Amino acid sequence: MPTKPEPSVRTATDAVVEAHDLEVHFALQGSALARLLGRSGRTVKAIDGVNVALRRGEVLGLVGESGSGKTTLGRALLGLVPSTAGSITYHGRERGDVVVSELGGRDLRALRTSMQMVFQDPGAALNPGMTIEEAIGHPLVIHRKLKGAELRARVCEALERVGLAPVERYLSKYPADLSGGQKQRAVIARAIILEPEVIIADEPVSMLDMSVRAKILQLMLDLKEQLDLSYVYITHDLASAKYICDRIAIMYLGRIVEIGPTEEIFANPRHPYTKALLKAIPEPDPDRMVPRDLPRGEIPDAAVPPLGCSFHPRCPQAVEECGWESRDLRTLLEEHWTRNPGTTYDAERDMVGDLDKLDKPELVAHVGTKDGKGTLALLNRIRAEKPEEPFWRGVAGLEEDGNGVRIEFREPTDPALRPEGGVEVACVLYGDERERPSS
Amino acid sequence: MKADDVVITAEDLRVWYGTAGDPVRAVDGVGFELRAGEILGLVGESGCGKSTLGRGLLGLLPDGAARDGRLFFRDRDMLRLKRREQHALRGRELGLIFQEPLTRLDPLMRISDHFAETLKTHHRGISKDEIESRSLEALRVMGIPPTRFRAYPHEFSGGMRQRLMIALTLVLRPSFVVADEPTTALDVLVEAQIIRMLHDLRDTYETALLLITHNLGIIAEACDRVAVMYAGRIVEIGDAKTVFRSPQHPYTRELLRSTISLSTTGLNYIEGAPPDLSDPPPGCRFHPRCPDAMRVCERRAPEPKQMPNGSRVECWAADLTHGLVQLTEDDRIPLAKEVIAVADEA
Repeated sequence: MPTKPEPSVRTATDAVVEAHDLEVHFALQGSALARLLGRSGRTVKAIDGVNVALRRGEVLGLVGESGSGKTTLGRALLGLVPSTAGSITYHGRERGDVVVSELGGRDLRALRTSMQMVFQDPGAALNPGMTIEEAIGHPLVIHRKLKGAELRARVCEALERVGLAPVERYLSKYPADLSGGQKQRAVIARAIILEPEVIIADEPVSMLDMSVRAKILQLMLDLKEQLDLSYVYITHDLASAKYICDRIAIMYLGRIVEIGPTEEIFANPRHPYTKALLKAIPEPDPDRMVPRDLPRGEIPDAAVPPLGCSFHPRCPQAVEECGWESRDLRTLLEEHWTRNPGTTYDAERDMVGDLDKLDKPELVAHVGTKDGKGTLALLNRIRAEKPEEPFWRGVAGLEEDGNGVRIEFREPTDPALRPEGGVEVACVLYGDERERPSS
Repeated sequence: MKADDVVITAEDLRVWYGTAGDPVRAVDGVGFELRAGEILGLVGESGCGKSTLGRGLLGLLPDGAARDGRLFFRDRDMLRLKRREQHALRGRELGLIFQEPLTRLDPLMRISDHFAETLKTHHRGISKDEIESRSLEALRVMGIPPTRFRAYPHEFSGGMRQRLMIALTLVLRPSFVVADEPTTALDVLVEAQIIRMLHDLRDTYETALLLITHNLGIIAEACDRVAVMYAGRIVEIGDAKTVFRSPQHPYTRELLRSTISLSTTGLNYIEGAPPDLSDPPPGCRFHPRCPDAMRVCERRAPEPKQMPNGSRVECWAADLTHGLVQLTEDDRIPLAKEVIAVADEA
């Protein structure tokens, strides 16, 4: 059973796992013809250049929506998904430095004694045909550490540590006999039985009832103190991250857009995406109303991410150089037709023509089929309808062109993470090179 | 339609499932009213009968389930209607929004075909033009552009699919809709968008909405009234803001305390788990987990009573606080707590 090790001689700030310029790209299968011709298909950039370090003894939160890459990053840190570029290094207390991204097979398996994972769905993470005793002791069997009475004693200790006591009540139970919270305790017991240094917890409480979430989080915090663990806590729920994490990394479409100490992120959120996430959390506060000024739309397709900053199509604070392009024009037109009655769409659709040709990201777009003047007038009407729309800031030129209108967008800037008042943030509004906005 | 028009009236409604052993009484004596244009939130832990109540109101129960008590849709006695008459009400008058939008759309049918099928089933002989105009209007209300009318389900994102599902329910303009955890599978930003749309429905359609969720934050933001369900009973029902400001039932209070929110400074939780509904505890069903339990709580079940703040609550302790009952000294002795093991939980 894990026991508290001697206090580490290293300071609390040094890294136990580090990702350096990490990329995880998945190749999509192209069409049959493309494959015959040897053309490569598109790639999904699940992780697109991430630098992050988990410090010894801390809880690092990876927060974002589905599709932000938080789960892929967590799995990559364990070597569960292969990285396509960059490196992951584990600085082991006993093992020394190990480059996880270069390991394979047996070596990678050996790493599991140091780094473990707690999964989101405890129902799916436990084999329904194994008793709790078998499931929790299984890692020790796989790694040929213990057997017989010793094995059983260790399993009992682990069960007690996670609160599944008296152990006799649980040893011979099957996962189906346990409640959601109890199953997650068993999954945590299985994760700590090899005495790991690092646990990656992927949404460990999101499938559980409200009434037990706090209990499981408390258990995780207790175990961290008792066993000197470091956690990566992956979640979409900023409220629980606020409670449990020391530092938080906000992720969007494969990148970290803001990272810093928890208090600073919450007291002073900088990235417009962080601000939006905070505003969207439903709070059980009787004086709160439904929030109305939230970003529109959803997280975009990672195979063809937006130009410039990935968040710009949804961003209420977007400026000129955020990466406006043809697809944003399509969204603008569709939103206009959604706002207005059906007759507007019927009257105007022919003035614009086929919207599908706007789907390829371009800095110059052309719309309209017959009457350039009419199309230009339509676009100006849409602009007058909602002049505060950030889209128009990105338009560099708008002119009649033959039977339609030619729209030119400004050159995009892809913001990198830059230090700003104790955190790092990837947004053109922040950073040393640019003056702070007056607002 | 008048704003104070009562759409749903339930009195002593019970729903139970037959099993090999004792029947599981998933809904055990529930009463409430729901008016046009009103949103009633229904909260509670898993296994408290929330979904069964939602389905029971619509008559969508599996074989082997039965319901009893009194249930009226406007002036129609739902428990006495013939099967066929009930069936005819569903869709046109009674709607349901499911939790999983991905599994409810046919991948081989265009969105326009989904609408056409829905409208033709419930309105025989409806014209093509009317199908299109009604569908586009429903899509518009849910924020889906008309350009996507002929697209296939896979061309939409998760949040869009859930909005499509809601539009498909609303296109029939039902008077009463049950939304069973409509945003559970969605991200927080998309969830907020959809909650806002559901909240705004009352202005467009005057629909009476029962919103089932385990997220108390959603209730606080979107609902007019809230019903807290525990072990098959509504233990507290009242104006949402009032219930959140001054919860009267210990279960409501503890549920609010155990919610992790941005203002959380300490972790709280409710000991134990909801009871097995085939054999609920005697007296008040919450007494084994209740921090305020007295001897009377395990002896007799509390009656629902109107509290001074307007909420209707079933709790001896609340009754006593507000002088609504006389209890003997013996009845008032705090209940000795059985030790609940750490892991006895939901």
